[in-house]
Amino acid sequence: MPNSQMTPGIAPARLEDGAYEDNFSDLHPGYAPHEALVAADRCYFCHDAPCTTACPTDIDIPMFIRQIQAGMPDEAAKTILSQNILGGMCARVCPTETLCEEVCVRETAEGKPVEIGRLQRFATDSLMSHADQPFTRAESTGKKIAVIGAGPAGLSCAHRLASHGHDVDMFDGRAKAGGLNEFGIAAYKSTNDFAAREVEWLMSIGGISLTYGKRLGENLDLATLQSDYDAVFLSIGLAGVNALRADGEDKDGVRDAVDFISDLRQADDLAKLPVGRNVVVIGGGMTAVDAAVQSKLLGAENVTISYRRTRDKMGASGFEQDLAAVHGVRILENTQPKRVLGNGKCEGIELEYTTDDGSGLKGTGEIVTLPADQIFKAIGQTLGETPEGVKLEGRKIAVTDSGATSLSGVWAGGDCASGGDDLTVTAVAEGRDAAEDINKSLMG
Amino acid sequence: MADLRSNFVGIKSTNPFWLASAPPTDKEYNVRRAFEAGWGGVVWKTLGSEGPPVVNVNGPRYGAIFGADRRLLGLNNIELITDRPLQQNLREIKAVKNDYPDRAVVVSLMVPCEEEAWKAILPVVEETGADGIELNFGCPHGMAERGMGAAVGQVPEYIEMVTRWCKQNTRMPVIVKLTPNITNIIHPAEAAMRGGADAVSLINTINSITSVNLDAMCPEPMIDGKGTHGGYCGPAVKPIAMNMVAEIARHAETANLPISAIGGVTTWRDAAEFMALGAGNVQVCTAVMTYGFRIIEEMTAGLSAWMDEKGYYSTDEFSGKAVPNVTDWQYLNLNHVTKARIDQDACISCGRCYAACEDTSHQAITMSEDRVFDVDDSECVACNLCVNVCPVEGCITMETLEPGMMDERTNTPVSPDYGNWTQHPNNPSATAAE
Repeated sequence: MPNSQMTPGIAPARLEDGAYEDNFSDLHPGYAPHEALVAADRCYFCHDAPCTTACPTDIDIPMFIRQIQAGMPDEAAKTILSQNILGGMCARVCPTETLCEEVCVRETAEGKPVEIGRLQRFATDSLMSHADQPFTRAESTGKKIAVIGAGPAGLSCAHRLASHGHDVDMFDGRAKAGGLNEFGIAAYKSTNDFAAREVEWLMSIGGISLTYGKRLGENLDLATLQSDYDAVFLSIGLAGVNALRADGEDKDGVRDAVDFISDLRQADDLAKLPVGRNVVVIGGGMTAVDAAVQSKLLGAENVTISYRRTRDKMGASGFEQDLAAVHGVRILENTQPKRVLGNGKCEGIELEYTTDDGSGLKGTGEIVTLPADQIFKAIGQTLGETPEGVKLEGRKIAVTDSGATSLSGVWAGGDCASGGDDLTVTAVAEGRDAAEDINKSLMG
Repeated sequence: MADLRSNFVGIKSTNPFWLASAPPTDKEYNVRRAFEAGWGGVVWKTLGSEGPPVVNVNGPRYGAIFGADRRLLGLNNIELITDRPLQQNLREIKAVKNDYPDRAVVVSLMVPCEEEAWKAILPVVEETGADGIELNFGCPHGMAERGMGAAVGQVPEYIEMVTRWCKQNTRMPVIVKLTPNITNIIHPAEAAMRGGADAVSLINTINSITSVNLDAMCPEPMIDGKGTHGGYCGPAVKPIAMNMVAEIARHAETANLPISAIGGVTTWRDAAEFMALGAGNVQVCTAVMTYGFRIIEEMTAGLSAWMDEKGYYSTDEFSGKAVPNVTDWQYLNLNHVTKARIDQDACISCGRCYAACEDTSHQAITMSEDRVFDVDDSECVACNLCVNVCPVEGCITMETLEPGMMDERTNTPVSPDYGNWTQHPNNPSATAAE
C-alpha cells in the first residue's frame, strides 16, 4: 500500500491488500439450500403470474420456484434455461427490482418481493456446478449461420441455432467472448470469472465455432458473410461513446466509463489499477453507477455522479442509486458538464446547474466546480460503424419483432438493434427469438 | 381477572395445562423442571408391571413432517412405555407429588389385560400419593403387538372390563385414554363410561408413516433398513382430535363424561378451542418437545387475557360452550345463502382464487385484462375455497344474503325460514315443514 485514498492525482494501490478482495466480493451471495427453500416458500404460485409477464425472456418463474421447493433445483434450472440460456448471468445482473420483483404480488402487498433473482441464481448455480448445459442438438441440418458478436444476444442466438441442428460460426472483435457480461458488468456482480465459465458451459452444446479478433467493417464484410452463410445475425453492440460536449474533454484523465470498467474486469490485480483521488462520473445509467461505485471500491476518496436531470429520471434503478449511496458516492442531480479544468491533465470540472420548466432542459448559469483527477463519461453509447445497406431506426439497426433487418437473410439483436431496453436479459430474448425466426425461415 | 385454577374430576391443578404421558414426563428431573416452569399437572409416562422393564429401539424413535422453514408440523414416534424400573418411577412420583401438592400428578398405566396385573399395580401407585390414573389404551405401536395399548382400546368390551377392574381396586379417579385408530370414537367412550370411568382423555397418537426414504426404499424412522408405523401427533392431528372430542361431548349418552383433550395443542388458542368443544382441560406434548417447557408462559398468559377480554372468570364458564353448535349435516340451514366478496383494496392480484375456482370449482371468479378479480354471483355456490387459498387474510369474505334478496345462482329470493335436508323436497324421506 504505497499510496492512500488521499494520494493526489490518479494512482494505484490506494488500499491495503486484503481490501480489494472484500470490496469486490459477490454483491448478492448465493443462497444456502435451506435459505432457498424458505425464500421459495414465499412464492404464491400466482395465476398468469405478473413476474413471468415482466420477464423479457418469459421465464416460468412460479414453476421454477415450485421446483426448488420440491427439492429439484436442477429441474428448476432447466425451466429457466429453456427460456434463457444465460439465466445464470441474468440472475446476477438483471435489474430485478424493475422487472420481475417489481411486479411480484408480495412487493405489492408487503414491499418485500420474493427474491426471484437470487432463487434463479440458486437453481442455475446448482445445475452449472455439476452438469453441462442440459440441451442436445437436433439432427444436423447442414445450414450454416454467422453470428457477429459473442455478447449475450449472439451467445443466446448461437445456442438456440445449434440446438436446432444448425452449424454456427461466431465472430468477436475482442480476445474473449461474453461481450458486456465479460467486459461491462460491475465486478461484484459477476465474481469468480463467471462470465467466461458460462460461455464455456453454453458452448458445450457443440456446433458453435468461435473466432476472435474479427470485426465487421475491419476484417469482416457483411456482403461476403451473406454469400458464405445461410443467414447472418448481427449482435455487434454499441461500439461508440457519446461525447461530453464540454470544453477540455480531451484532457488526460477524461475517459469512457466502459473502458474503465473493462480494464477493471480484466485486471489480474486490482491493486495495480490506478484511480483518481477525486472522481466525477457524468451520466445517470447503470454504467455511471458501476463506474462510480467501483472507483470508490478501488480507493477513490471522493466520487460524484453528475446527472443532468432529477434522480427519478436516472436510467439506474432506485436499487442502483441506493447502492451508490451506501458506498458513499454522491449523486449531484440537475447538473451538466460545462468545462474540464486543468493544464494538460484534468484537475477539476465546472458543472452548470440545470432546470426544466417543461420546454426542455436548460442551464441556469450557476456553476459548481469540483476537483476531479479523473472524469468518466457514461452518457450513453452509440452504434459504431453502420453495417452497409442496413436500415436504421433512430440510431440503431431497425428490426422486426423477430429480429429481421431490412436486408434479406440478416437478423440483428441486442444493444445494436432497435426496440427493448439495453439489458442482458433483453439481448438474450432477442437472440433467442431471432434464432427461432432464422430457423423457421431456413427450414420452412 | 380470570382464574385459571382447574378442578378436573376432583384433581386440582394451578391451570388447565397438563403435560401428556410421554417422554417429557418420564422422570423426576423433567417433571420438576416442568412444574418450576409453570405447568399445572403431568400425566407421568406410562408405567408397566413389576419386572424387567421394556426396551426401546436404539436407533431413531421419531419421524417428522415440516413446513418450509422446518417448522415441525407433525411428529411420529415408535417409543414404548417407560423403560425405567417400576420402583424407581414410583419413588420419583412420590417425591415430586410431595414437593408440589398444588399440581396434578396422574400416573399412566399399561399392564397385561388380566385383573391380577391391575390389582398388583394399583395399590403401589396409590401409595405414591398420585392424584389419579390414566389407562393407556391408545399406544398404537409395539405394545399393541403384545395385546396392550391400542389392542385393548380397539375393543370396547376390554375397555369396559379393565376400567371396571380399576374402579373396583382403587380410590383414585380413573381417566381412560382413547385411541383414535378406530372408526367411531363413541363406542370406546361409551365403554369407558359403562366401566365407570371418571373421564376420558383423547386422542392418543394416530397410526402413521411420516415419510419414505426413497434411496433405501424404507419408511422413516429407519432402524437398520426397516421401519414400522408410529404414533402421529403434533399440530397436524389437532383437527382430528377436535372432532373426536366434539363427538363425545355432543353425544347424548356421553355428554356428561369429562374430557381431557390431547392432540396438537400448541398455543393458548388451541386449548381454548378444545375446551369450547367440551374438554375440561388439555394435555400437551409435541409443543414442549419442540420448544421446551417455557411455552407454558404464553399459554397461561394468552388464555387468561382472552378470558378477561371475553369476561370469563373460570374455565368452566366457556368449557363446552361451542358444543350446542356442533350438529349433523342434515340440520344445517339450506336457506342460508352467502356469496364470496373480494375486497379490491386488499387484493394483491395473485389470482389464486381465480385458478382454484376456474380449474377446480364453479367458474365463479372472473379475471379482467388488468388482473382485477371479481365474483360472478350467478355461479358462486359459496364454497369458501377462494377464501382458503387467498394469501391475504380478510381479503375474501363470505357475505350473507339477507332474506328477500335474490340469489342470482338459483334465481330465487332468499327465504327467511330455516330449512334443512330433513325438510327438503329433494329428500325422499323428508318430513314436510309445517
